[in-house]
Amino acid sequence: MNRAPLIFLGVFLALAFSWTGIVLTNQVAYGNLTPIYDDAEEKIFPEATPGVAQRGQLVYQDLGCIYCHTQQVRRLGYGSDIERGWGERQSVPRDYIREKRVLLGTMRTGPDLRNIGARQADSTWHLLHLYDPQITSQGSVMPPYRFLFEMRKIVGEASPDAMNLPSSYVDGTPLPPHSVPTEGYELVPTERAKSLVAYLINLKDTYAYPETFNVFPEEEAEAEQSEAPAEEGH
Amino acid sequence: MASALRIAQSLDPSTSPTSVSRAELSEIDASTKAPALFFLISSVLWLLAGTAFALISSFKMHTPEFLGDYEWLTFGRVRTAHLNTVIYGWSVNAAFAVAFWLMARLSRSVLRHPTLLFVAGAFWNIGVSIGIFGILRGDSTSIEWLEMPSYVTPLLFVAYALIGAWAIITFRFGKSKHIYVSQWYILAALFWFPWLYSIAQIMMIFEPARGTVQALVNWWFAHNILGLWFTPIGLAAVYYFLPKVLGKPIHSYYLSVLGFWSLAFFYNWAGVHHLIGGPVPAWVLSAGIAASFMMVVPVIVTSINHHMTMVGSFSALKYSPTLRFIVFGAVSYTLTSLQGSSMAIRSWSEVTHFTHYTIGHAHWGMYAFFTMVMFGSIYYIMPRLMLKEWPSAALISTHFWATSIGIIIYVAALSIGGVLQGLALNDVENYPVFMDIVELTKKYLLSRSYAGILITVGHLAFAVNFAWMLIAPRAKSSTAPTLFRNPSSMVITR
Ligand code: HEC
Repeated sequence: MNRAPLIFLGVFLALAFSWTGIVLTNQVAYGNLTPIYDDAEEKIFPEATPGVAQRGQLVYQDLGCIYCHTQQVRRLGYGSDIERGWGERQSVPRDYIREKRVLLGTMRTGPDLRNIGARQADSTWHLLHLYDPQITSQGSVMPPYRFLFEMRKIVGEASPDAMNLPSSYVDGTPLPPHSVPTEGYELVPTERAKSLVAYLINLKDTYAYPETFNVFPEEEAEAEQSEAPAEEGH
Repeated sequence: MASALRIAQSLDPSTSPTSVSRAELSEIDASTKAPALFFLISSVLWLLAGTAFALISSFKMHTPEFLGDYEWLTFGRVRTAHLNTVIYGWSVNAAFAVAFWLMARLSRSVLRHPTLLFVAGAFWNIGVSIGIFGILRGDSTSIEWLEMPSYVTPLLFVAYALIGAWAIITFRFGKSKHIYVSQWYILAALFWFPWLYSIAQIMMIFEPARGTVQALVNWWFAHNILGLWFTPIGLAAVYYFLPKVLGKPIHSYYLSVLGFWSLAFFYNWAGVHHLIGGPVPAWVLSAGIAASFMMVVPVIVTSINHHMTMVGSFSALKYSPTLRFIVFGAVSYTLTSLQGSSMAIRSWSEVTHFTHYTIGHAHWGMYAFFTMVMFGSIYYIMPRLMLKEWPSAALISTHFWATSIGIIIYVAALSIGGVLQGLALNDVENYPVFMDIVELTKKYLLSRSYAGILITVGHLAFAVNFAWMLIAPRAKSSTAPTLFRNPSSMVITR
């Protein structure tokens, strides 16, 4: 008996099962989520990402920040994302619908960045940190991104973007000579560095969508909880 | 003693314990020679490149200033280059070689038009090379496991389609009526991969889905390429070589069938456990978690089957390099799969998710299981392709010990470090400052680098032996197989 067709059918069905279940069903169920118009604020949420931040996301992608940073806040009581100040609320699918590429990430060698714009909006800090993480966060294992900056001769007037580097790290050791501009030179961030920082500062999910509130009255929510204790409650 | 002799016989290319005549087998082996060698040589070259990228990324994780000024070698790129070289370069090439060789033998089918396969293989490798180059120059997509830029996708897809079709043709025109379980696994894997790959490419890159549906597709793909491509090929090799080297049949035909179908139906749902706690519908996660638990079934069934086949023949591990690598791989398969299921438990995932523990797990699977099985297979296949023996038993021994001890240290370091990291991350009271957690993990990251150096030593030993074998002249009379030690000396000591 030739069982090859039967095996093939089984093999086909096996993957068809999860393809339908995981991919298609969800695409149909929430692949068309739309932004929400808020009458009070007269704005649409999530807001459109400015062009410069979109370009910044491409830099984030090409440098592989995702391998050390997540962009997803877990609910209160599961992990300590909210206690750490990484967000005011759990992330929901609607937060991501404007993004061409969703960068949830799977590693937290560094902190979650979903709301970095809300807790660190100072672009000078970000630029210093990117130039040499040891300046702002000594002991960090984040790589330096000095190649996003340009050391150039000052012609005429100094650039308004020129970086103001401290002379030493927090523990007193001086910065290595090759990273400090010498007399007559200045250190300026490239367009890529600037757009990356614009992207970071734009990262914040502060708007509360209906689905981010607990919509059930209290007892009902409790009943839900005891039914499915380990379930993520929306 | 009897078992020792049997092993010597079964390992010797000039004798064949099966009913298929020796002449036929060597004709089949000869027909696979050119493409199999091409895939194997490519895989070894990729292995070396991947090892170099691995070491660089590992050093960078504790010493970020190491090669810190080179944009092309920044952590996010070199780590990605590492993953893609060892997966699409080393592992896939080795898998192609092993799958073809097994397929031709088991189907009793002479490989037709091997040149075509050779061309497809060349395209695959050109595609991967351009892809890695693209990642290093900054074109990575930042989609885990699919980082190679979209301009190489068509090339890889066409190359793959040709290779897959060729394997099926080989199977179709075979003389064997019986379909052995290894063939099931290989056929299924060959069929699943293009499906996974094309859907993932379309829904994430060419026509991106909206929002976190992308994340679901991402992990549906990334976990399934492990479970429905590498795992079946690895298991196919174990199912073939274990009984082959031992010279006895697999313990139970029914267990192998049960193992196959339970893997096929449960594994492909499990991937979404990578998103536990994330912004995706809760029910998918629950389904993924359930499927992850169900994975215990195929794993236990398969390992019982392998173990029962081994029972009574453990002493053979002393002689046969193939067996030693394969058994190491098979045991790792069981352990890492059980670990994987446990990682889907919500309360455990709460600790281990987002930490180095996951990286340890990934290497336990892709290295301690899959890669070790491929090494074992290559030790068996090469002498039959080249019609000569491995030049140095000492190098094989170095290879085995360096890689096996290396990977054990690797997994142990990252598992311990990862759990501590995860506990600290969840403990805001005692670890309010993030940098303290970074500090805590450093010594484990450093140990990982040491493990990496050891593994590199093993790879170099392997590569030297491999190259030596390619260029060494063929011995006039047929020589005995290269074993760790000579079984006849056993006779005396016994
Ligand atoms: C090797 C891992 C690694 C990579 C790659 C990495 N980071 Fe980091 N990142 C860290 C660590 C560790 C910290 C915490 C210490 C610090 O502030 O440097 C951090 C902190 C940060 C912070 C501050 C977060 C806070 O809560 O204060 C920002 C912003 C940041 N990283 C952005 C980036 C960007 C942008 C990239 C890519 C260009 C990147 N990181 C790549 C490891 C990494």
